[in-house]
Amino acid sequence: MISENSLALARDLIMSPTGLANQDIDRVMAELLSAPLDDADIYFQSSRCESWVLEDGIIKEGSHSIEQGAGVRGVSGEKTGFAYSDDIELNPLLDAARNVTRIARSGSRGTLAPVTSRSRAILYRPIDPLQSIPDSEKVSLLNRIDRETRKLDARIEQVIVSLVGVHDVVLVVGQDGRQAGDVRPLVRLNVSVIVEQNGKRERGSAGGGARTDYRYFTDEDRALEYGREAVRQALVNLDAVAAPAGNMVVVLGPGWPGILLHEAIGHGLEGDFNRKGTSAFSGRIGERVAGDLCTVVDDGSLPERRGSLNIDDEGVMTQNTVLIENGILKGYMQDKLNARLMGVQPTGNGRRESYAHLPMPRMTNTYMLPGPHDPEEILQSVDKGLFARNFGGGQVDITSGKFVFSASEAYLIEKGKITRPVKGATLIGNGPDVLTRVSMVGNDLEFDSGVGTCGKDGQSVPVGVGQPTLKIDGLTVGGTSV
Amino acid sequence: MTNKAPLLFQDQGLLQLRERVDELLREARSQGASAAEAGIGIEGGLSVTARLGEVETIENHKSQSLGVTVYFGRRKGTASSTDLSSKAIRETVTSACTIAGYATEDPHAGLPEPDQLATEFPDLDLNHAWDLGVDEAIELAVECEDSARHYHSDITNSEGAGVDTHQGMRVLANSLGFNHGYISTRHSLSCSVLGQRGNSMQRDYWYTVSRDSRDLESARRVGEKAAERTLGRLGARTLSTRQCPVIYTAECASGLIGHFIGAIRGGNLYRKSSFMLDCLGKQVFPEFIRIHEQPLLSKALGSSNYDSEGVRCRTRDIVSEGVLNGYVLSSYSARKLGMQTTGNAGGVHNLMVEPAGGSQAQLLQQMGAGLLITELIGQGVNTVTGDYSRGAAGYWVEDGEIAFPVEEITVAGNLRDMYRNIVAIGSDMDVRGNIRVGSVFIEDMTVAGG
Ligand SMILES: [Zn+2]
Repeated sequence: MISENSLALARDLIMSPTGLANQDIDRVMAELLSAPLDDADIYFQSSRCESWVLEDGIIKEGSHSIEQGAGVRGVSGEKTGFAYSDDIELNPLLDAARNVTRIARSGSRGTLAPVTSRSRAILYRPIDPLQSIPDSEKVSLLNRIDRETRKLDARIEQVIVSLVGVHDVVLVVGQDGRQAGDVRPLVRLNVSVIVEQNGKRERGSAGGGARTDYRYFTDEDRALEYGREAVRQALVNLDAVAAPAGNMVVVLGPGWPGILLHEAIGHGLEGDFNRKGTSAFSGRIGERVAGDLCTVVDDGSLPERRGSLNIDDEGVMTQNTVLIENGILKGYMQDKLNARLMGVQPTGNGRRESYAHLPMPRMTNTYMLPGPHDPEEILQSVDKGLFARNFGGGQVDITSGKFVFSASEAYLIEKGKITRPVKGATLIGNGPDVLTRVSMVGNDLEFDSGVGTCGKDGQSVPVGVGQPTLKIDGLTVGGTSV
Repeated sequence: MTNKAPLLFQDQGLLQLRERVDELLREARSQGASAAEAGIGIEGGLSVTARLGEVETIENHKSQSLGVTVYFGRRKGTASSTDLSSKAIRETVTSACTIAGYATEDPHAGLPEPDQLATEFPDLDLNHAWDLGVDEAIELAVECEDSARHYHSDITNSEGAGVDTHQGMRVLANSLGFNHGYISTRHSLSCSVLGQRGNSMQRDYWYTVSRDSRDLESARRVGEKAAERTLGRLGARTLSTRQCPVIYTAECASGLIGHFIGAIRGGNLYRKSSFMLDCLGKQVFPEFIRIHEQPLLSKALGSSNYDSEGVRCRTRDIVSEGVLNGYVLSSYSARKLGMQTTGNAGGVHNLMVEPAGGSQAQLLQQMGAGLLITELIGQGVNTVTGDYSRGAAGYWVEDGEIAFPVEEITVAGNLRDMYRNIVAIGSDMDVRGNIRVGSVFIEDMTVAGG
C-alpha cells in the first residue's frame, strides 16, 4: 500500500536525524495559518545522489551529494508566498513561515476540497539504490561496459560511461496537518562513444534508467545493449549525408521520438498556462486538436518508470489523465493551485525540482496509445520523406505553439523504403495542428528507455515519453540540402 | 511593511567561511588525503513577481552548500552537502575518500601547479547589496508590468514581471595554501507579455541584469521593450525554403559564440569531440575578428580573479585577426593535451567579440534582403561535427528594412563555415551575459520553412 509504509519510512528517514517532532511541525503550520490563507504546505526533503564516470578506460570521477531542507508555502487566491531552509530545525522553519504569511494580505479563507484519500499498491519499492550493490560492483560494471563496447568496432576512439543513483525521500504536510510520504529511487546509466573513420568523427549515445536499483542494468544485459546501441548510432552517422530542408512527410519511430508529444502538446496542456490563458491550447477543451487516431495520456502511475511518482510533490496521488481522446482535447494537467482556480480536481501533476523550488503543473509519463497500422505499412505508404528514429532534445513556445525537436538519427524514405542516413536536423511545427496531420498510427507503442529530463522555469524533473510509429503528413525539416 | 531582502553579508562572514573551509581541508588531511580542494557558498535573496497588476509570488531564498575534492596520490573523489555542520563536514569528506578508493590512478589528476594559482586579488567591485523591501519590490514589478500592458491595446495578457535580488558569498581553498573568497550581488528585472491580433497570439520578454541595482534599466523601459518585442511578432508567418544571408541579433549571437567556446574547451578537445580539433594557430574566423577575455572588468557579470580551481584568470586574446591563439583549459584538460592551464576551469570570464561593421541598422542595410533572427529554440548543435540546425523566429528584411515577422522556420549550416562566413559584427553589444557580442551578420545559411 502506498500510504502507511512509505509515510512511516519517509518520516523516519527525514525526521529522525533532525530531532524535529510532530508538535514542531504543528507549530510551523499554526504560524502559517495565523494568516488568512487558502492553502499551505510544508515540504520536507532529504536527497542523496551519487555518480560514477568512466573515461579513457579508467574510473575517472565519482561524486556523492546530500541535499536536505524544507520548503514552506502559503497560498492566498492567486498569490503564493514561499521560503525554504537548508536546516530542518524549528527556528528557521518558523522564520520561513513568517516570511510566507506576508502574501496573505487579502486572503479569503478558502474551502479547499480535501484530496480524496485512495490507496493502491506502490509503484516502486522504497529502496536506497546507492546501497543496492557494493561500490566495487558499480566500478566493475562500468569497466565491463567499457571493455565490451570497445570490442565492438575498431573505429571506436572514446567510450564514456556514467552511472547515477538517487535516493530521494519526501514528506508533504498539508494545511490540515495530514502527512504524505514517498521514497523515490532513481537510477540512470549512459554510454557515449566517439568513432573515427578517415578523419571523420561522430558521436553516439544511449542509456536508460528506472525507479529501481542498479541491478536493473545487469538484468537482461541492458547495460551492454546501451553500448551496442551507442556504437550503432555513431557508425550510422559516419555515413550520413546532408539532411533535406523543407516541408515533407515525416515518419517518427516508436519510443523516445514521443518527445514530439511532450513538446508539441504536453507543455501547452499544463494547467498554469491554461488558467492564465497564455497557451495556444487555452479554452480549447472539446475541440479537435489531433487526427481521430490520436489518443494521448499523461500517466504518473506506471510501475517503476522514470516519470512515475506514488504521490506528486503536493501529496496528491498520481493518475492516468486523458489529454486527447480520438483527436478531441479532453483535459489539462493540474497542480492544486491551478485546479482550485479553474474549478477542477488536481491530477497529481504538481511537481517541484526540490524543496527550494515552488511546485507547478508538470508532466510525468506522456504517451500516445497504439493505433491500427503495421509500422512496415506506414513506411511503405511514403513516396518521399524522412524517417526519424532518434532524437536529442526539444523546446516549445507555448504561446505561439511553435515547437522543435532535434533528430539525431534519421533516414530518407524513397518509394516506401528507407534508403540513406542523413545528418541530424531540427524539426519544427505548430503544436495545435501538428497532430491533425497524423494520418497513420502504428500498433507498436514503445516507451523511452528512461532518460528524459524536462526543464520549465529553471526547474528540472525526470519525465518519460512514449509513442507508436507515427506518420505526419507535413512537417518542416531543418536540413541544409535545398 | 519594511521587510528587507533577508541577507546582507559582511566581510566578517567571509572570514568565518574561510575558517570553515580550512576545517574541511584539515578533515581531508586527517582522513588520509594527500591533497584536497574545498569550497563553501552561501547565498540569499528575494524574488517577487507581479501579474495583472497584483503581486503573484514572493520567494525568500537562502541556501548553502559545501563541496570537497580529495586526492590520494592521483586518485580522486568528490562530495558535497547542503549541511555545513561539523558532523556533515566529516561525513562529506568520508564520502569523497570512499569514492577516491575506487577511482583509478589518473596520471593527469591533481591540484593546479602552485605557480598558476592567483596571487593578486584586486577588488572587482562585484558587491552592491540592494536595500530593497518586499513592498518596494512589488511596486517595481507592478510598474514594469503596467508599462508593458498599457503600451498598446494589442497587448492582451501577461506572464508577469519579476524583480530578483541575490547576494552570495563563496570561498575556495586548497591544500597548496590557497584560501580566498568574495561577496557578489546580482539583481534583475524582467517582464513577459502576450499580444493578440486576429488569430495570432505571441509572447516575448525583456530583462535587465546587473551587479549594481543602479545600473539596471528602468522598470518602465523593461516593460516597454517587452511590449515592443511582442507586438513586433504579431502576424508572423513562415518562409519558403531558401538560402539567404542571416543576421543574429546580439542576444542570439552570444549562443553562436558560445558554441565556439564549447568547441575549444579542453574537455571536448582531449575527448576529440570537437569540430575545432587541431585549429590552434589557424584561421577560423575572417581577419577582422578579435575575441578576447577580460576577467578583471569592474562590476561585470563574468568577472573573477581566479577560476574554479584558484588559478589566476588571464586577460588575453583567444582569437586575433581571425586566428585561434589559445584554447579554454583547466589544469586537468591542459595536462591531457600537454599544455598549460589558461585559467578557465569552470569557463570563460567576460568574453568580448570586438565590433566590426557599424550599428545593427547599418548591418541590415548592408544585407539588403535576408533574415534577422531574434529567437532560437531547441538544441540542434553537434559539437563533434559542427552541424547546426535550430528553430528560429525573427523578421524578413527587404532593402535593409524590416518587412514582416517570421516564425516556424529553421536555420542550418555548419559552424565552421558559419564562422568563416561572418561579414560583420555590430556595435550593439549585449552586456547582460558572460559573452558580449553585437549582432552577427553571416553571408549565407539554409532557411527551411513551410
Ligand atoms: Zn519539457
